[in-house]
Amino acid sequence: MEVVLAVASGVLYAAGIYLMLRRRLAQLIIGLGLLSNGTNLLIFTAGGLTRARPPVVPDGATTLVEPYADPVPQALVLTAIVIGFGLLAFSLVLAHRVHATVGTDDVDDVGRE
Amino acid sequence: MRLLVLPILVPLGTAAVLLLAPKRPVPQRWISLMGSVLLLASALVVFLRVNTAGIQVLHISGWPAPFGITLVADLLAAILVVAVGVVGTAVTAVAFAGVDPRRESFGHHPLVQILLMGVAGAFLTGDLFNLYVWFEVMLVASFVLMALHRTRAQVEAAFKYVTINLIASSIFLTALGLLYGATGTLNMADLARVWPTISTPGVDTVLAALFLIVFSIKAGLFPLFFWLPASYHTPPAAIGAAFAGLLTKVGVYALIRVLTLLFHSAPPALYALLLAMSAATMVVGLVAALNERDFRRVLSFNLVGHIGYTTASLSLLTPAALAGAIFYVLHHIVVITNLYLVSGVLLRLRRTTDMAGLGGLYRDQPVFAALAMVPIFSLAGVPPLSGFLGKLAILEGTFAAGAYWVGGLVLVVGLLTLLSMASTWADSFWSPAANAQDLATPGTAFLATIAALSLLTVAMTIGAEPIFDLTMRGAQQLLHRDEYVRAVLESRP
Repeated sequence: MEVVLAVASGVLYAAGIYLMLRRRLAQLIIGLGLLSNGTNLLIFTAGGLTRARPPVVPDGATTLVEPYADPVPQALVLTAIVIGFGLLAFSLVLAHRVHATVGTDDVDDVGRE
Repeated sequence: MRLLVLPILVPLGTAAVLLLAPKRPVPQRWISLMGSVLLLASALVVFLRVNTAGIQVLHISGWPAPFGITLVADLLAAILVVAVGVVGTAVTAVAFAGVDPRRESFGHHPLVQILLMGVAGAFLTGDLFNLYVWFEVMLVASFVLMALHRTRAQVEAAFKYVTINLIASSIFLTALGLLYGATGTLNMADLARVWPTISTPGVDTVLAALFLIVFSIKAGLFPLFFWLPASYHTPPAAIGAAFAGLLTKVGVYALIRVLTLLFHSAPPALYALLLAMSAATMVVGLVAALNERDFRRVLSFNLVGHIGYTTASLSLLTPAALAGAIFYVLHHIVVITNLYLVSGVLLRLRRTTDMAGLGGLYRDQPVFAALAMVPIFSLAGVPPLSGFLGKLAILEGTFAAGAYWVGGLVLVVGLLTLLSMASTWADSFWSPAANAQDLATPGTAFLATIAALSLLTVAMTIGAEPIFDLTMRGAQQLLHRDEYVRAVLESRP
């Protein structure tokens, strides 16, 4: 399972970086989105995968029984998803405004003085 | 110590009050200023406590470290939070000289407070993931502040700024994921404890390099600084002042924290790389500054170049060099904030910061020129001002550590800074005005704030001895990481 997720995360990184190197604003933003999702997947995988063992203390016991899924990476990913979602929404609006002000969606024409 | 949360809560509360208060300029400006003054006061309380009683720790909601989020104030963090209060008070005070009405109605004041909260949080947190969250709080506020305008230059600058920062955030998050995978903790003190026992050379190098890249982007080190001069000169002076004074310093702070706490035994090549990047930053920054004819762009490149001073000292990791770096950061925060405010006055007077449209200010505005002289010549490093003392401290540190070529480079770059600032002074203030005349008055709010910051620079010059003593203690505290680890892990909520 780790291998599959590692490959998926690598593919997301590669696709994200490829799209960011393109010239269109929309592709740049999709690339940023893919990059942040690749990162989320990486955190999740690096934290260690334990299937079907939720970190819940069973009835009658006082401590968790090994092995159990580490809840911290999930909390981290959740936070990162929320932040990434907000930033992506903001950059979409910003790209729209760049398009409206500069009149092109070619990154090479943005900032040409 | 519960008070530790105040530098974060005060700006948050102020922002909430500002959102609920009437949207008229006068109440908004007063509430914002009151909030910043309160922030400064709470930062001073925290600082005095840390200064007398050592490292202060707060376990949020009573969750002991490393399970909950911990706020930690050592001397470095406490001093920098005071600097946040100073810069915050300065940039909210100049709002009385007038803010663009569109900006003001779209939430200029609450956003400034959120920005201050993000910076204070980044300095105070004791958890690396929490540091990432504070970075994002600070960045989102800065994104909106930068993008509030609709002129072409500002929208383009905002777009570059947002893109590079989003990429940096992704790299930061990647590094955090890998670090958690390797150690199972993200609490800085806990990391400092377990890292030496489990780190292997490969993992050590990869993680240290990732952190170096991220924080170098944030701090604006060569070759990752190009976003800074492309964006910092476009927002209004007060916002530029807050960005220049605080945001790059958060990058430097994060570098100091991570390198002293975690990667102090990283491969020497990594420190050599940081040193080389810092050296290139100094040279490229100042050579580019000499090539610029716009006051604010000169400042942007000077900002970049001088960050190189602090990181070059940091890479030596000796107490004296580190103390010099901290002293220089403090001096630079005050002076560069002041200079961006000076550029705001230039904009009011002449509607431009291009030096072709400046000149004659020494004759026309003698009071303003006299006040602006302090930060300009302090940045240039003219004795006896604080810039000179800061460079002296860095020189002592580099020579004592045996890094003679770094010391030599600091001297050469110091000369370039002097040249850059002297020609800026001559062209903007001394030379006869080509065809320009003043369109407005400097504004009392601007003059009073610049006067206060200039006085602070003079005070830092006169009181250099105790301040240097303080930074020396701060540096020693950073290098004795056991003290930090024990303060966090052995204290009970």
